[in-house]
Amino acid sequence: MADIYLDNNATTMCDPEVVAAVQPYFSEQFGNPSSLHNFGNKVGFAIKKARKSIQTILGAEHDSEIIFTSCGSESDSTAILSALKAQPERKEIITTVVEHPAVLTLCEFLETEGYTVHYLKVDNKGRLDLDEYASLLTDQVAVVSVMWANNETGTIFPVEQMAEMADAKGVMFHTDAVQAVGKIPMNLADSKIHMLSLSGHKLHAPKGVGVLYLRRGVRFRPLLRGGHQERGRRAGTENTIGIVGLGKACDLALEHMEYENTEVAKLRDRLQEGILAAVPHSFVTGDPDNRLPNTCNIAFEYIEGEAILLLMNKQGIAASSGSACTSGSLEPSHVMKAMGIPYTAAHGTVRFSLSRYTTPEEIERVIEAVPPIVEQLRKLSPYWGDGGPIENPEEAFAPVYA
Amino acid sequence: MWDYSETVKEHFYNPKNAGAVAEANAVGDVGSISCGDALRLTLKVDADTEIILDAGFQTFGCGSAIASSSALTEMVKGKTLDQALEISNQDIADFLDGLPPEKMHCSVMGREALQAAVADYRGEEWVDDHEEGALVCKCFAIDDVMIRDTIKANNLTTVEEVTNYTKAGGGCSSCHEGIENILAEELAARGETFTPGAVGKKEGFVNLAEKEAAPAKLTGVKRILKIQEILEGLRPALQADGGDVELMDVEGKNIYVKLVGACSGCQMAAMTLGGVQQKMIEELGEFVKVIPESERPVEIAGA
Repeated sequence: MADIYLDNNATTMCDPEVVAAVQPYFSEQFGNPSSLHNFGNKVGFAIKKARKSIQTILGAEHDSEIIFTSCGSESDSTAILSALKAQPERKEIITTVVEHPAVLTLCEFLETEGYTVHYLKVDNKGRLDLDEYASLLTDQVAVVSVMWANNETGTIFPVEQMAEMADAKGVMFHTDAVQAVGKIPMNLADSKIHMLSLSGHKLHAPKGVGVLYLRRGVRFRPLLRGGHQERGRRAGTENTIGIVGLGKACDLALEHMEYENTEVAKLRDRLQEGILAAVPHSFVTGDPDNRLPNTCNIAFEYIEGEAILLLMNKQGIAASSGSACTSGSLEPSHVMKAMGIPYTAAHGTVRFSLSRYTTPEEIERVIEAVPPIVEQLRKLSPYWGDGGPIENPEEAFAPVYA
Repeated sequence: MWDYSETVKEHFYNPKNAGAVAEANAVGDVGSISCGDALRLTLKVDADTEIILDAGFQTFGCGSAIASSSALTEMVKGKTLDQALEISNQDIADFLDGLPPEKMHCSVMGREALQAAVADYRGEEWVDDHEEGALVCKCFAIDDVMIRDTIKANNLTTVEEVTNYTKAGGGCSSCHEGIENILAEELAARGETFTPGAVGKKEGFVNLAEKEAAPAKLTGVKRILKIQEILEGLRPALQADGGDVELMDVEGKNIYVKLVGACSGCQMAAMTLGGVQQKMIEELGEFVKVIPESERPVEIAGA
C-alpha cells in the first residue's frame, strides 16, 4: 500500500503539471532574465507571466506589487525590517503569541535591539481579542504582523479587519499568509493589507521561492541591495525555475479553490469525526468554525505526540505534532501553550493537513489506523488505568522533578 | 525525524516489561509532564537478597523515552539493588546503541527513576539534583545550565574559554551566538561587560594560555620527543576506532599531524584534533596548536 501524506502544512508535493512547466528552464531556457539577447528575453517573459498569475491569485491591483523572494521567512523578515528602517522613529511592533517562528524569533531578536514587541494573546480556541489590539494601535507602532491562518491549528485570523484598523491609524500592516494562499480566496485590492508573505512549496510549487506582496505606495527599504532585479527591491538573479513553477502552481490553486473548500474540507471533516468517534479523551484544538479547509489538529490526552507519529509512520502515515520531543525543545508547541491546553494533552497533539491529492480511501485507512495506536500508547502511560484515565491523573502521578 | 538506532526502534515498537509489576515493593516516579517525559518504574525486590525479580515501566513520552524505559527494565532484572545503581545513563544509551544528543535526557530519566525506586524501597528520601536547561551545543549535547554553572565557577569571559571548559561550541560553531548571549548575561550579572573580538577566533586556547604562567621551557629536541611520546599514548584509542595519527612537524607552537584511516575526513576529525590538542597542552604545560598537515600554509616561491 502506498504511503499516506497528511502533512501538507509542512510542505506539499510539487504538482506534476508544475514540474512539466519548469522543465524547459533548466537547460533550454537557461538565460538570465536581465539579459538583452534572446536567451534572456524569453525567460524574462516567463517571469512576467508568472507574476501575473500571482497577482491574480492574490487579487492584487498591480503586478508590480509582487516581489519574488527565496521563501516565506525571507518575505517576513523583509517586510518587518523594512517597516522599521523606513520609520526609524517608531519603536514598537504588534504581533501575536501564536505566530510562526519566522516572525516570532525575529521579534524576540528585535527586542534585544531595543524594540518593544506587543504579543497579542489568544483564547482557548486560538482567537484574538480585537479590543486589546485596538488599544495598542498608536503612532509608536512601526508595523503589525499577524498571520492569516495558523500553521498548527488552521485557525484563521480576521486580518482584513485588522488591516483596516491599522490603516485607519496610519500603521503598516503585514500578514504572513503562507498557510492561507491557495487554500482560501483573497482579494488584496479591496483590502487595506500593506504587505503579505507567501511561500511556494506550501501550494504545490517547488521549495526555494516565495513572494512579498507590497502594496503600491507603501514605504519600503530592501533587505538585499545590489542588482536592479524586482525593481531594485530584492537584488539577486531570479530563481527562474521557482518563479515559473510558482506561477503555474497559482493557476492550478485557483482552478482547485472550490474543490479545496468543498471536497477537501469534507474529507477533513470525515477524518475528524471518524477519529473523535473512535478515540475517547481526544478533542480538536483551535477554532473549528473558522479554520483552513485542509487542517485539523487533534489532541490525544495522556500520550505523547512523537510516539504517535512514529507508530503512524510505521504504517506509512505522515502527519506532525506539537510535542516538545518532535522539535528537540523542552516545551510543547507555543501555540498549544498559548491556548491553555493542559500539558497532558498539549504533548499529544497531532496535526493532520490534507491536500487536493488526498483520497477518501486514504482517510478511511487513517481512521482505522489511529485508534489502536492511541490505545497501545495509553497502555504504557502512567496516566492511564483500565480502559480510562486514572482518577485525578495529575495528582495520582506527580513525578519528582519539575 | 530523529536518527534512532535499530535497537531504539525495536524497544519502542516492542517494549519489554510495559505496565506495572504486580506486588511491586519499589516505585520510582520521575520526569516532568511540562517537558513531555514522565516515567513510573515499579520493581519487585527479593527481601533477603535484594535481587530485582521483576521490573515494569509506565511512560508518558516520546519514542526514545519509551525505549529507554524498556531498556532500563531489561538491564536491572536479576541484578541486586547495589549492582543496579551502578548503571549510568550512558550505560542505558549504550544498551540502545546510542541516542541523539537531544534525547540523552531520556536515559537520564531512566537512571533517576531507578534511584528513586531504590530510595523508595529502602525508605530513604530521594533528592533530585537534576537540573536541565535548553540544549545549546548540539554537537556535544551541552545545555544552558551546564554552561552558566561553568562560567560562574571559573569566571569565564570568552566563547573560547567556554569551549575549553565544557566543549560547548567546539564542533560546528553554530551555537556561538547563543554562547555569546549567555556570556553577556553572566558577565553583566557579575558587573562586567562582554567584549567579543571583532571576528570569532578559529582556534581556541589563546586566552587560556595567556592566563597561565609561563611553564619551564624544554629544549627543542626534548620537546619534540615529549610531543611524540604524548602522541604515542593517544594512538591506541584512535586505532581502536580504525584511525591513526602521525607527527609530521613541529614549528614553534604549531604541531602538524596527519590523520589517517577512519579519522581523516571523518566528521569527528575536528573533535579528535581538539582532544589531541587539549592533551598536548595539559602534558606539555604550554599552549600549542595541533593542526592537520593538510591545512599547513603553503609557502609561495619568491614571495
